[in-house]
Amino acid sequence: MWTWFHRLASPPSFYRFADLCAPWFLVVSLALIVVGVYGGLVLAPPDYQQGDAFRIIYIHVPAAWMSLFVYTFMAVASVIALVWRIKLAEVAVAAAAPVGASFTALALLTGMLWGKPMWGAYWVWDARLTSELVLLFLYLGVVALNSAITDPRAAARAAALLALVGAVNVPIVHYSVVWWNSLHQGSLFKGGGSTITWSMLWPLLITALGFTLLFGYTQLMRMRNELLLRERGSRWVKELLST
Amino acid sequence: MSTHDFWSMGGYARYVWSAYGAGLLVLLWNILTPVLRRRSVLRELTEGDDGDKT
Repeated sequence: MWTWFHRLASPPSFYRFADLCAPWFLVVSLALIVVGVYGGLVLAPPDYQQGDAFRIIYIHVPAAWMSLFVYTFMAVASVIALVWRIKLAEVAVAAAAPVGASFTALALLTGMLWGKPMWGAYWVWDARLTSELVLLFLYLGVVALNSAITDPRAAARAAALLALVGAVNVPIVHYSVVWWNSLHQGSLFKGGGSTITWSMLWPLLITALGFTLLFGYTQLMRMRNELLLRERGSRWVKELLST
Repeated sequence: MSTHDFWSMGGYARYVWSAYGAGLLVLLWNILTPVLRRRSVLRELTEGDDGDKT
């Protein structure tokens, strides 16, 4: 197992692995998203309080889930990059930040589009909304640091440090609806059970899984691109380009 | 559910379809940008190799 990990962490074998897996991630992810969105828009019954407006949940919750999932992934990669100086982890941090930013922006935007008809306002300075906005700025900060520093390894260390410090915001976003009196509704999952009916829940789980696999696809593709650029002087890249 | 009911989304069409449209854009962005980036990286690297030789 560990030797397998070691081999995978070397750029050329990771490159081949990503080459092989990325298309499968994309195909399965798109299939899941299509099925989930069909279930959410057509099969699920309208909500007894919110009518059809609740269907925004099938974009909003998967996007919000991804905003936290990608950040956690990025924070773990940052620890590995800072402690063991593994190049692949540095590349992972740089590649994940714009993806996380896109999902966080989507969660905020769909939340606003949901808030307007239900709360009467696009935006309120509520704990959940504010901490999610801070999350977006953290992602953008990591993106900016990576592009502002020309030496990629120095940039990676600075970006990883910021990502790690910002990780305290992840539990704040997650528990904000519990810790503060929030306009935002609480978690759908309480005490092991779900608070919504199965016909509304399964499309949510399927789209969330689809979004997660889509992150897998785009992350593998982005890391591949970054590896080519950063390893341009090495033999494996030259061999790859000459064939 | 009729087609009209579906598109009108119980009067919330504006919000629901904007949210799904935004979702589609973010998905497409995440799918397409690495593919486009790959092309420009490959172009940059192969041109870089030519530069070294001359």
